[in-house]
Amino acid sequence: MSSETKQILTTDGIPLEVSLKKAEKKNKIKAFLLVAPLLLFLIITYIFPIGEMLFRSVDDRMVTNMLPKTFKAMEKWDGKELPSEEVFEAFYLDYKFLVEEKTFGKLATQLNYEKNGFKSILKKLQRKMKKFEQGNYKEQIMNVHKRWANVEYWRAIKRRAPDITYSKYLKAMDMYENEDGKISQVSEDRRVHRILWLRTLEIAFFVTILCFLMAYPIAHLLATLPMKYSNLLMICVLLPFWTSLLVRTASWMILLQQQGIVNDFFVWIGLVGEENRPEMMYNKTGTYVAMTQILLPFMVLPLYSVMKTISPSLMRAGKSLGGTPFVAFWKVYFPLTIPGIGAGCLLVFILAIGYYITPALVGGASGTLISNQIAFHMKSTLDWSFASAMGLMLLTGVLVIYWIYNKLVGVDNIKLG
Amino acid sequence: MTKNSEFVKFDKVDKSYDGKVLVVKDLNLDISEGEFITMLGPSGSGKTTCLMMLAGFETPTNGEIYLDSNPISNIPPHKRGIGMVFQNYALFPHMTVYENLAFPLKVRKVSKDEIDKKVDKALSMVSLTGFENRMPGQLSGGQQQRVAVARALVFDPAVVLMDEPLGALDKNLRESMQYEIKHIHESIGVTVVYVTHDQGEALTMSNRIAVFNDGKVQQLSSPDKLYEEPINSFVAEFIGENNTFQGEVTDISNGKCKVKLKEGEIVANPINVKSKGDKTTVSIRPERALINPSQKMDNNYKGKIEEVIYHGDHTRVRLNVLGNTEFILKVPNSSQNIDIKLGNTINISWNSTDARALDPK
Repeated sequence: MSSETKQILTTDGIPLEVSLKKAEKKNKIKAFLLVAPLLLFLIITYIFPIGEMLFRSVDDRMVTNMLPKTFKAMEKWDGKELPSEEVFEAFYLDYKFLVEEKTFGKLATQLNYEKNGFKSILKKLQRKMKKFEQGNYKEQIMNVHKRWANVEYWRAIKRRAPDITYSKYLKAMDMYENEDGKISQVSEDRRVHRILWLRTLEIAFFVTILCFLMAYPIAHLLATLPMKYSNLLMICVLLPFWTSLLVRTASWMILLQQQGIVNDFFVWIGLVGEENRPEMMYNKTGTYVAMTQILLPFMVLPLYSVMKTISPSLMRAGKSLGGTPFVAFWKVYFPLTIPGIGAGCLLVFILAIGYYITPALVGGASGTLISNQIAFHMKSTLDWSFASAMGLMLLTGVLVIYWIYNKLVGVDNIKLG
Repeated sequence: MTKNSEFVKFDKVDKSYDGKVLVVKDLNLDISEGEFITMLGPSGSGKTTCLMMLAGFETPTNGEIYLDSNPISNIPPHKRGIGMVFQNYALFPHMTVYENLAFPLKVRKVSKDEIDKKVDKALSMVSLTGFENRMPGQLSGGQQQRVAVARALVFDPAVVLMDEPLGALDKNLRESMQYEIKHIHESIGVTVVYVTHDQGEALTMSNRIAVFNDGKVQQLSSPDKLYEEPINSFVAEFIGENNTFQGEVTDISNGKCKVKLKEGEIVANPINVKSKGDKTTVSIRPERALINPSQKMDNNYKGKIEEVIYHGDHTRVRLNVLGNTEFILKVPNSSQNIDIKLGNTINISWNSTDARALDPK
């Protein structure tokens, strides 16, 4: 269009475009005000905590702030031999300040994460420090404990100098940065996290498969039964949903324990002997059974809502055109349920990968997941930055799975209802 | 080749869903090869159930259905080789038009070349060549309908069933599709069993029409016979418009009968009445009653005009004749009929052969 095209004016002489924008602006503001509370809520409860978590997982300013003089003095130290008197003096001054402030315990905890053995020598130093004389701090400190004469410990302190660190992420992968700054694996007997990650993925994957296999026929039945029966069945599916998670898990404990009902039944029908009742709890089996049952509704509901929209005449058409019931199902019905399958599997997998209470209660040693490890560090060791790092890795994993799904099936194909 | 007049045969078929009510009662129906037969009736009259039994989605509770002399009650739908067009088209939404049409051929293990040829032919038959790669969702209602018809015909079935296929289309499209389906039927000579509740559709398309009511075939005959000579008052009422008088037969002789009404008496054609004293409903088509006819007729009455409705090409006039205030006349829009004005009294006449004395309502 040329610029000479006559501008359309409204009756009161304002250009049409301007007055349209004006009219729409009001509606936009109204709409925004309606969603504003939710937006605010999401920012406060979701985006902010995740940002905080990301920050916490890499934040390492605590030690930096506690030992400012030491790190300044260490700048010139090459880390090959014991540091000079200057560093020892700076450390003495920093530590003396911390002792006066009564915050030296935190330093001990932090340095102990870096290298075992710091706690005791720092305590000892604190006791002996009162009698220190001016000058020659190197000698005096090294006399407190022989570890202070070990260059490894000083290197460990220096490693905590930077403001940010990714050591927590390495730790979650059973790796660490060694003295030379190279990334290497921890010794074989201490590789706990990698097993947990793999087990988490494995259990989430198989729980998803199990849920799918069980939910598909149920959802189909729900979608095709007459209303009065399907409502009843729907309530049966949802009933566990309305029961407390803890109660359901506890009931699985009652059912699955070695003297439990399921085992009693197996013995009664002669499947197993009285003497060798199988362990179905405090291992992977327990986790599988309980998690599958608890996550089943999350698979049934998306499948049901998709199946409900598939007209029964499509299957009939498939059959009347000459397809056997199987062909009609496989070529006509099944492809139409893929959006529901995608939504259900994604939902169950993502929920399973971060599952906590159930594996904690019925999982035992071989059935716990990475989320239990996260909880352990949140509650017991209080190493929140490590827990944050693992939480973020979990989140990243979920995003990656979402991305792969989007590439394979397309997210616009998901139908939740 | 002689055509099999019992190509499809319903033999004493009963159907009940709940064991209490018979949806289809003692149905006997022969459909000859190449025929276009329509099952017409109000909803709940059992017509769709009959179609579903023929397609194999329902089994008769009693009796047997034969296709080309073979009983088919125990043959599953996919082995019957019957094409079906569904009410909502039932196109596979995840397949292109081509894949939809190729589906019945693929399951029959037809070779790729043959499939291409047949799909081409079927699509040109419904004038949709070039739409092979569209998805059903990208087509208009009429186009989807044609694809559904093409799909039901592409594997050359002996019988094609159509379950109210035009129900979802608008009036104009429906009419043009009626002709199109009729032409396709004429050109390939397939046997068509068509279900509808639209009598206009049934009258224009079919060779024969089976009027269903209450699980029974009320009348099975050609469209003209059905309209001109309904054999009972349900058919007369259901097909087209009709004026009725309730009365009692006072005399039957020489193929005519006298019927006494509340006010006056008319001469009628005895169809469903046998003897004096029978109650009856007399049915007269609106176009068979004339105003001031030129020839002599044996029923002549006066009627007062109660309402005049202008319809463009004709005018509908509601009269009060012999106490019936709902008597409708269809008057062609011509310069002769100028005295049709509200409140006027006019002379109307009809032949007794057009006044059919049927069963009482």
